Amino acid sequence: MNAPAREEAPGTCSVLNVPGMHCAGCMAKVERAFGNLPGVTSARANLTARSVEVIHDGQVQIPQIVDALAAVGFEAQPREDIAPPPSAVKPLLAPLAVAAFAGMNVMLLSVSVWAGAGGATRDLFHWISALIAVPAIAYSGRPFFTSAWAALKKWTTNMDVPISIGVILATALSFYEVVTGGKDAWFDGTLMLLVFLLIGRVLDAMMRDRARAGVDALLRQAANGATVVDDSGLTGWVEARRLAPGMVMRVSSGERLAADGTILSGTSSFDQSLLTGESAPVPVGPGADVLAGTLNLDAPVDVRVTATGHGTALAEIAQLMEAASQSKSAYVRVADRAARLYAPAVHTLAALAFVGWMIAGAGLYKSLVVAIAVLIITCPCALGLAVPVAQVVAAGALMKRGIMVKDGSALERMAGVDRALLDKTGTLTMGRPVPDPATIEAMGVEEAAVALALASNSKHPLSRGLAAALSARGVRAETLANVHEEPGRGLTALWHGRTVSLGRPERGEGTASVLAIDGSPPRLIRFADALRPDAAEALARLSALHVEASILSGDAPEAVAEVAGQTGLAGRGGVSPAAKQDATIALQQAGHKVLMVGDGLNDGPALMKADASMAPGSASDVGLHSADLVFTGDSLLAIPRAVRAARATMAVVKQNFALAVIYNVLAVPLAMAGMVTPLIAAVAMSASSLLVVGNSLRLVRAAK
Amino acid sequence: MNNLLFLVPIAIGMGLVGLASFFWAMRNSQFDDLDGAAARILIDDEDEDEIDSSGKRTGDSG
Repeated sequence: MNAPAREEAPGTCSVLNVPGMHCAGCMAKVERAFGNLPGVTSARANLTARSVEVIHDGQVQIPQIVDALAAVGFEAQPREDIAPPPSAVKPLLAPLAVAAFAGMNVMLLSVSVWAGAGGATRDLFHWISALIAVPAIAYSGRPFFTSAWAALKKWTTNMDVPISIGVILATALSFYEVVTGGKDAWFDGTLMLLVFLLIGRVLDAMMRDRARAGVDALLRQAANGATVVDDSGLTGWVEARRLAPGMVMRVSSGERLAADGTILSGTSSFDQSLLTGESAPVPVGPGADVLAGTLNLDAPVDVRVTATGHGTALAEIAQLMEAASQSKSAYVRVADRAARLYAPAVHTLAALAFVGWMIAGAGLYKSLVVAIAVLIITCPCALGLAVPVAQVVAAGALMKRGIMVKDGSALERMAGVDRALLDKTGTLTMGRPVPDPATIEAMGVEEAAVALALASNSKHPLSRGLAAALSARGVRAETLANVHEEPGRGLTALWHGRTVSLGRPERGEGTASVLAIDGSPPRLIRFADALRPDAAEALARLSALHVEASILSGDAPEAVAEVAGQTGLAGRGGVSPAAKQDATIALQQAGHKVLMVGDGLNDGPALMKADASMAPGSASDVGLHSADLVFTGDSLLAIPRAVRAARATMAVVKQNFALAVIYNVLAVPLAMAGMVTPLIAAVAMSASSLLVVGNSLRLVRAAK
Repeated sequence: MNNLLFLVPIAIGMGLVGLASFFWAMRNSQFDDLDGAAARILIDDEDEDEIDSSGKRTGDSG
């Protein structure tokens, strides 16, 4: 079974995404799902990417693989792109390994020199150090050199500019020392600097990789395609990309539309909340226009495709988002802002030291050594680590709580927010119908067990909501016979010879279904789009953090007023996507820092424009793409938790900067006085870096 | 000094072997699934063992 990943097996290799896999038990189940599927050579699960690589011969088709996984309880989708998404960590691992190897060996040789090796031995050791260090520095410094060069070309500086200047000058000076048989070489310190900084970079990249993998898995859960009916009545699955105007899609209940279209036959009602925020289902019949991303609720309908992909309905939203994304990229990260102060200061000090020693008559060589010692001892190490380590520790803590931070700068922007705009449908509320808790309470044990058995046989959103609510209460389903679903009407079955049914009420009772068991009175179960659990607690915590929240929703004003009443927030309803963005801009112009929380397509422009943004894991793909943070799970407590963690992170980052400044205030005078030897530099640099890392580790409990 | 002439190359050579093995591991996708590698230790290898009707395993799982 566990074939090595690169086994040269005959046949084809298919990669499927298995978003539900999250532990060793799942991996074992997934890898063993194909035990009795002839033609499958091997299967290897990848837990990081939540995917499985199946090696099989031509006899086996993808649907069979999907079925085999479904049989052991895992949903799977074939991956469209065989190439895995580019990883941010991988390109940094090799430079880190080289720098660490070279640093250790050079340090061994340096220790011998510091211990008193002299004369020919010292020169030999310096030569060996140079042979190891110069190529290693050239190779492992590349990530910094390229980034610094890109900044210089744009006439700006970033953190990598002082790092690169320091590294290159120190290497050049050391090499000169070696050639002339001098007594000090700084290779060890330079390599150690690179090791520390690369560790910071790798941690930073790991955080981003992990968050991206999580968001990718959520994105892939959305079905991207439709069942298409051709003229002869045959049906086949077509991916969303390949849908073309004129095709006819057969959309069953509980399925999302993959393209805009016009209803040909069938009547149903559509949930448009992801698109517009409107929570009330919209009844549709033949001739009605329906939009991609909306959810068919009641009965199967045939839809003729009119526009696909980012067609008409989305064009406006896409334009708004395009414009907003440019303002976000103008944000300058705190580390680079610090570098703008730090780099000129350090380079001025080094120049002053050089000029001072020249005036004092120490000669060109001695003055240059002192100036470079200043550059090395002011070590951008602590500064380069100050931000990434703190953000990585905080992001890791948030990750454990189900909050994915897509990018470190999101935490910086999140820390400053003082206003929150919350979308209603799907954000404050669950965005899916939840049965009335009182009705569920009142059900008998057998009644609940029958209801669960019936509901679990249907894909209808109401049935799903009922099944989820009953399962959450620990109800065990009864065994039913002859289960039969009539689309748009409901389910019927036999239970110990009695007819049981779950279906639509006779008259318009709002959103509700009726459970009927032969021989007892029918029970009406009302559904409502309930507030998320802990909504009140979360809003209380937000206001304790001095973040003023209000509701901004595309839903009907009455529905918004109801939720506003429940939560005690101010609310605006009937807001278009452009108006949401305008509301965000208006607040920003009034001097506020705005946090937008939303899930729908209609929130996309505002999510892009806001200073920081969050989306629930159930959001539309546009929502997931444009939000800085994504929280999984139902609880709204994620919002105050993320704000608090972001503020704690910024506090620690500022402390780290303070530590780095204090260290520099102590070290620079020594360097200016020409008293710094390579040994002192090495000790001082590692001490300052470890101090900063240790301080950042206090954020482990930031996501309380 | 003479000792150094062969001790230093040996030390550096050993280090290079370590570095080369790291590169080999990276090229062979050993670093692709770190979470999975951590979890694999918990998987019981039962698939080579047939479970007979009495519910006892016939394979020797030590």
